[in-house]
Amino acid sequence: MEKFKTITSTYVPLPIENVDTDQIIPARFLKATTREGFGDNLFADWRYEKSGEPKADFVLNNPVYSGEILVAGKNFGSGSSREHAAWAIAGYGFKVVVSSFFADIFRNNALNNGILPVVVSEKFLGELFESVGRDPQATVTVNLEEQFIGNNQTGNREPFDINPYKKECLLKGLDDIDFLLSNKEKIEAYEKNRPYVY
Amino acid sequence: MNKTLFDKIWDAHVVTTVKDGPAQLYIDRHLCHEVTSPQAFSGLRARGLKVFRPGQTLLTADHNIPTVEQDKPIRDEVSRYQVDTLAKNAREFGLTYYGLRHSKNGIVHVIGPENGFTQPGMTIVCGDSHTSTHGAFGAIAFGIGTSEVEMVLSSQCILQTRPKTMRVNFEGKLNDGVSAKDMALYMIWQLTTGGATGYFVEYAGEAVRNLTMEQRMTLCNLSIEMGARGGLIAPDETTFNYIKGREFAPKGERWDEAMAYWKTLKSDEGAVFDKEVTFDASRIKPMITYGTNPGMGMPIDGAIPELSAIDGAGKISFEKSLKYMGFEPGEKLEGKPIDYVFLGSCTNGRIEDFRVFTHYVKGKKKAGNVTAWLVPGSWQVRQQIEAEGLDKILEEAGFELRQPGCSACLAMNDDKVPAGKYAVSTSNRNFEGRQGPGARTILASPLVAAAAAVSGKITKP
Ligand code: SF4
Repeated sequence: MEKFKTITSTYVPLPIENVDTDQIIPARFLKATTREGFGDNLFADWRYEKSGEPKADFVLNNPVYSGEILVAGKNFGSGSSREHAAWAIAGYGFKVVVSSFFADIFRNNALNNGILPVVVSEKFLGELFESVGRDPQATVTVNLEEQFIGNNQTGNREPFDINPYKKECLLKGLDDIDFLLSNKEKIEAYEKNRPYVY
Repeated sequence: MNKTLFDKIWDAHVVTTVKDGPAQLYIDRHLCHEVTSPQAFSGLRARGLKVFRPGQTLLTADHNIPTVEQDKPIRDEVSRYQVDTLAKNAREFGLTYYGLRHSKNGIVHVIGPENGFTQPGMTIVCGDSHTSTHGAFGAIAFGIGTSEVEMVLSSQCILQTRPKTMRVNFEGKLNDGVSAKDMALYMIWQLTTGGATGYFVEYAGEAVRNLTMEQRMTLCNLSIEMGARGGLIAPDETTFNYIKGREFAPKGERWDEAMAYWKTLKSDEGAVFDKEVTFDASRIKPMITYGTNPGMGMPIDGAIPELSAIDGAGKISFEKSLKYMGFEPGEKLEGKPIDYVFLGSCTNGRIEDFRVFTHYVKGKKKAGNVTAWLVPGSWQVRQQIEAEGLDKILEEAGFELRQPGCSACLAMNDDKVPAGKYAVSTSNRNFEGRQGPGARTILASPLVAAAAAVSGKITKP
């Protein structure tokens, strides 16, 4: 995994609540057997007409908005556990998703793919939507090391939470499997002393 | 310390805890299907790893398979390749695989329980969010992503932050015609789709105790739709009677040992939950959904909320959702014509669901305007349907049985509801496009689905 560095970037606003993983990547795109190529189908049904033409009113098709940060409404990533949702977001080029609330499995999947989910207050989120509404070139800074997010248009900052272990993984570009594999002896010891019969 | 059931099982599975971080949790049972596993197996190959404990993983093909002519090669080339890849991975890594046409093939959350692979006190994971189903047996069961599938394959462990605990009590008795599906839709309506995010839920109370195993599975299955990591129910005689004699169930002395342990699996008197909610079961009516998430539910004779009842930020999503569904704020849905009926999925694709549906349609006829897809959750369910003669009754009423699979629950195969059409569905998700691009889903119980299938409209059963 790539190491996570501080980002200052313009951002893409998606002020919709309860964006579920079926919207992020519809099921018919889950037939692949590799992790590549999902970015093209990110939000496919909102983004393209049946004919494959881009829908002009969807934010990803609006050239004034761009950047490595997606800012979305409350309860982002609910629904299916498909990690393809995280692959699609990463594949498209987002490194951070900001919302006031994330579904659990999506949050894990994002972190396991080097995407940082940043939880902000409703107020802060509302201001981000306002700022980018006024000026599509508005930027956000996300500093993982110091755990804050800043709206560079208003100058407001907010701290965010992240599990210290996950933080270190992101900063160092390590993943959980590296950790688990280094731990085999403990697993075997546990198996010998399992408290039940299976 | 008085412990909750969740605490007891969790604590018994912690191998170690990462400093300032998650717990390393040992996984007893792992279920795998074709859609969320190929990249995990590639990962193992890339790292030159074997499957650490092959006996604890079970594979089935379900999400991306046709529900007709399963004896022929899958027509869609990409789907066929995905299913073949699972078979190849099973061979290469030495894993048990119930592929197409195998007598035990079926939806992953149906076959786990029906073969006794799912047992109380276990930790069970699968790359599918409805893994919460297995919690009905008093297990910690939850969905994981593909990176985590790779973790389990390579180490039989995953790293997890301990969720908070929540108890949902259903006191009193359910009315006739009200099922676990209605309990769940009622609960998600009350608590919203994010209402249990961060929590692991235990279901308790008289109405839960009175549920059969199949109904308990339906209730636990839908836990994820209110954001919960999972849901579980303390095992009791109902649970033990269900498991006894099934293929993977402990036998002889091992059964006695297991029972001694299983009987300890309940929340202690006075155990404290981070959150506790109580519902009066007698107030629950048959439910339907009107919107594009499972929290947008209402009693079947109710009305969609007025726009003025929705708070600020939610308005955009609410209006978008109703526009997609072709409904108006304040509208009643009883009597609305519908086009499709889907009976199936890991929520309501078990034998009892087929019994309820068949019982209702017996002696009646399917409405001419309705296309009905009746998809058993597994081959064993289908065989049972035939053994009980339900297929004959269904046939007389104008219904046809399909072959098992996830089918129109996620519409990865050809079972897609066309754009703009209404489907009364016993599955779990009414998201935009879930049952096909543009499809409009109304979630309901098998009984409500049966009533819609014969009247052609949304009808109180
Ligand atoms: S039936 Fe639906 S919810 Fe259940 S495992 Fe299949 S796709 Fe997932």
